[in-house]
Amino acid sequence: MSDMIFNVEHVTLRFGGVISLNDVSLHQDRGEILAVIGPNGAGKTSLFNSLTGVYQPQEGTITFVGKNGKPLSIIGRKAYRMANAGVARTFQASRMFSAMTTFENVKIGAESHRGIGVVGAMLRGPATRRDEKHSDARTIELLKFVGLTEKANAISASLSYGDRRRLEIARGLATDPQVLLLDEPAAGTNPSEKQALVKLIRRVRDEMGVTILLIEHDMKLVMALAERIYVLNFGSVIAEGSPDEVRANPVVVEAYLGTSTEEAESK
Amino acid sequence: MGAFGHYLAAHLDTLKSEFWALFVGGVANGLLYGMIAVGYTLVYGVLRLINFAHSEIFMSGGFAGYFVLRYFVGSGAPPAGMSSVGLIILGVLVGGLVGAIVATVLERVAYRPLRRRNAPKLAYLISAIGASYFLFNLAGKEFGHLAYSTPQPYINHPVFHIFGAPVQMYFVIIFLVGLVMFASLDRIISKTRLGRGIRAVAQDAETASLMGVNIDRTIAITFIVGGTLGGAAGFLFGLNFGVVYTMGFVPALKAFTAAVLGGIGNLRGAMIGGLILGIFESLSLVFVQAAYIDVVAFGILVTVLLVRPTGILGERLGRAA
Amino acid sequence: MRVWLTKAIVRRLLITQSIVAVIELMTGPAGSNSQPVYGFSHSFGESSSFFGLFRTQRWVTFFFVGLICWGVASFWISQGSRVRKSVHDALAFPRAATQKRPVRWGAMAVLLGFAIILPHVETAPFWQAAMVEQIAVYVLLAIGLNVVVGFAGLLDLGYVAFYAIGAYTTAWVTGALPTPALFHHALNPFFAIPVAIAIVMIAGIILGAPTLRLRGDYLAIVTLGFGEIITIFANNLYGITGGSLGSNQIPHPSIHLGPIKYIWGLAPVPYYYLALGFVVLFIIIFSLLERSRVGRAWTAIREDEVAAESVGINPLKYKVMAFAIGAASAGFAGVLTASQLIFIFPASFTLQFSINILVLVILGGMGSIAGVVFGAILIQTVTEFLFHSPPSGYQPQDLYIYLGALLVAMMIFRPSGLIPSKRRQREIRLSEAEHEGHLDEVLTGDDT
Ligand SMILES: Nc1ncnc2c1ncn2[C@@H]1O[C@H](COP(=O)(O)OP(=O)(O)OP(=O)(O)O)[C@@H](O)[C@H]1O
Ligand SMILES: [Mg+2]
Repeated sequence: MSDMIFNVEHVTLRFGGVISLNDVSLHQDRGEILAVIGPNGAGKTSLFNSLTGVYQPQEGTITFVGKNGKPLSIIGRKAYRMANAGVARTFQASRMFSAMTTFENVKIGAESHRGIGVVGAMLRGPATRRDEKHSDARTIELLKFVGLTEKANAISASLSYGDRRRLEIARGLATDPQVLLLDEPAAGTNPSEKQALVKLIRRVRDEMGVTILLIEHDMKLVMALAERIYVLNFGSVIAEGSPDEVRANPVVVEAYLGTSTEEAESK
Repeated sequence: MGAFGHYLAAHLDTLKSEFWALFVGGVANGLLYGMIAVGYTLVYGVLRLINFAHSEIFMSGGFAGYFVLRYFVGSGAPPAGMSSVGLIILGVLVGGLVGAIVATVLERVAYRPLRRRNAPKLAYLISAIGASYFLFNLAGKEFGHLAYSTPQPYINHPVFHIFGAPVQMYFVIIFLVGLVMFASLDRIISKTRLGRGIRAVAQDAETASLMGVNIDRTIAITFIVGGTLGGAAGFLFGLNFGVVYTMGFVPALKAFTAAVLGGIGNLRGAMIGGLILGIFESLSLVFVQAAYIDVVAFGILVTVLLVRPTGILGERLGRAA
Repeated sequence: MRVWLTKAIVRRLLITQSIVAVIELMTGPAGSNSQPVYGFSHSFGESSSFFGLFRTQRWVTFFFVGLICWGVASFWISQGSRVRKSVHDALAFPRAATQKRPVRWGAMAVLLGFAIILPHVETAPFWQAAMVEQIAVYVLLAIGLNVVVGFAGLLDLGYVAFYAIGAYTTAWVTGALPTPALFHHALNPFFAIPVAIAIVMIAGIILGAPTLRLRGDYLAIVTLGFGEIITIFANNLYGITGGSLGSNQIPHPSIHLGPIKYIWGLAPVPYYYLALGFVVLFIIIFSLLERSRVGRAWTAIREDEVAAESVGINPLKYKVMAFAIGAASAGFAGVLTASQLIFIFPASFTLQFSINILVLVILGGMGSIAGVVFGAILIQTVTEFLFHSPPSGYQPQDLYIYLGALLVAMMIFRPSGLIPSKRRQREIRLSEAEHEGHLDEVLTGDDT
């Protein structure tokens, strides 16, 4: 058995009559850049939400292997516990703390996964102060890593789409994750921002050793980054393989043609 | 067995002998709760917020009805026959009308400016609480802080018996008025253009607006419909319990419980929730002192919110009725 | 030419005159059970003098005042909308986050000094009593409720419950209730302070843990009910709480610790200093907390709960924490009230009370400690003034009408309060701007 980080087995997720995920099984290895693609409404975001404890699938099992190598069953765990276990994410429609500065956004990520210490916070003891210094330093480091140093003190609502994506990535990385889930990170960004994004995501994996799971409609970006791809359609996995295999797979082509390739690619 | 066993046995006996009397009282209260609950549910359906000032709509209907009876009956002997019927219809109409007016003003003053600005939810709540506080204290100033007992427009005698339990005139009136109100409401919401508008906004305000539904108007009408029922309920409540500036608080809290119990946003749920709460509360009188009845209702509210926040029939104005 | 008589202007006139009519009612004479329409008819019809210049009926005076207001408002509004500016303000770079916020030590020392000498400046017994019972207590309650409403963004309408629990705990541990005291030896109220604070905090956790999962509006109604239930229990559990008469046996506090001996008695001033000490203590603790990671987590939850969870914040835990911490100052306020007045009864812990405290917080500015302290002092001073020397026609209960109207007006015109918390103000403005599309306009730069 290889070094698995996620193992999803026979997961089914329903909302009333709607089946968002239908008997989905997939897995990801540690250190791998994996992409999930599929037409609109295929269930990609639902898969992410199931992996991060936001949704609770009715059937199946999801296992996450954390830093210490102990497998953790995800279903039934709350979202904040998954974050603390080492699963970080970004959102399809970016969700920042929009009235805070870029710096504060990332700092919250850096400090929240550690214990609370209310009494310390109230009295502002030495341990609390040390903690703050550490979070500040980590935040500065991460802002530099994603290239937002200059915007550190800008209110995050004033950032461009590209900068918002990078902010979300920095905030996710601040939680010291094992794996980072990116939900359509390139949506709304321009071509040059897209190139920078590809580089950034690679660096996240290569320099920080964080595994990447990616949802993306932009095929160029997927083909450039992903080492392996799963294709979802109507809640089911319809194909899996290397970028070249997937591109050549008639089932995939049909799924996309069914909805129109152009639309899917332009998204 | 033990002390508790005896307690239970004794109380079960009381429950058996009193059951139908309590049941009838419970149904009457339940219908009133249901009528108030409709106001919560409708507004929740279209605005996704709880109209905290609904209790004051109920209170103003109560006072309006009181003034009608004070004018026509005064301290004289209760009339009978057709004049009773006429007075009750008049009271319901005036109570409903005043309720609708207060609801409209409320929507205009406390909600619409915030809606225009897309204010955060907390702002709506605070504004509504302020409006409620303002209204009942203003009523206290204008009408004094003591309760009025309402002149009776009819002679309250048992009309018939159910399993030996007398059914008073008052209950018959509530039953009839409630039935008429619910039946016409159900028709309005499910059959008319107006109702379709309300349901469309409830399901998805943005789409409804794209399809040509006038959101502002629909919301205003929703308040009018809810206000009418709430005001009429205030009149009916005042008939029996008298009116006072704080009269809205407890019935409204219970009506809210009823709305949540039936599934907030769901019209039929509001009626069913009202009945269930009314009957349950009435029957629990056997087991707890009257002073703790409000605690029972509150306990139900918290339990429902925690265990099944979507209520019995589920949320959704669009689907129901 | 009738161009100036547009629909909007006529509408504005109608609105102004309606507001004026409401104010006429609010300030007019009261009705009563024997004369239920007296208040209405005389609010408009009664003749009154206009600053002694001439006598006329009230409605005439008010009508002209309304006209003047309408004129001023029309002029003001014609000066153009300020929405854009407020969005710009909201997006402007705040102080660098890594930089320390300047603490205005000087201003604080002056204020504190003023508070310390105040009882020697104002020596009228009425005001000395008011400073403790009506101002200090309300400041304590306001800064506590601010933690819940302002910091954590949770609307608690049953806050009075914690105040009541604090007061009843004092009665309990000092052996002044029918039920046996908590400890074998009845404590004196001074030592009841930590016990009461601990007990209200536990009550905050017990009430908060199940209910804080609820959505904001449900939480508001549940807390409202909870405040009411507490009164019902206090009223009816004769054997435990003394029923509606409560307790009137609570001793005054005292300290006997080795060389330190002090007894608080009937005079209000010593209580004032006790209260002042705790006000300062709570202000320091709460503001440190606000700037700590706990405060930032509250902000994060308030702004986007889903995003907050995604970085590992447990919303329930932090909300319960806000409830318990906010309850602490109410608990102390309860001890203070009970031990100073030596009696407590359920009728003083009503819904009215919770809403009064809410008004102080809203007027001052949710989330701004300076704001809520200012709001509390302002409203309570005005209230006491009105109580002490009421203008003609004013009754103490009228206050609640004004407070209700004030809540609505604040939400419409100045939701972030008189001394706003910068962050809260930005949140509100951004959420409003996003809706109107102003945010995109400003961001893309076509706002000239
Ligand atoms: N909370 C929810 N309640 C009800 N239905 C939901 C919910 N979340 C997702 N769904 C449904 O599940 C299906 C899959 O949605 P999902 O958001 O996972 O698609 P997606 O692949 O991410 O699409 P897109 O490319 O548009 O982001 C859709 O039919 C959607 O309506
Ligand atoms: Mg998606």
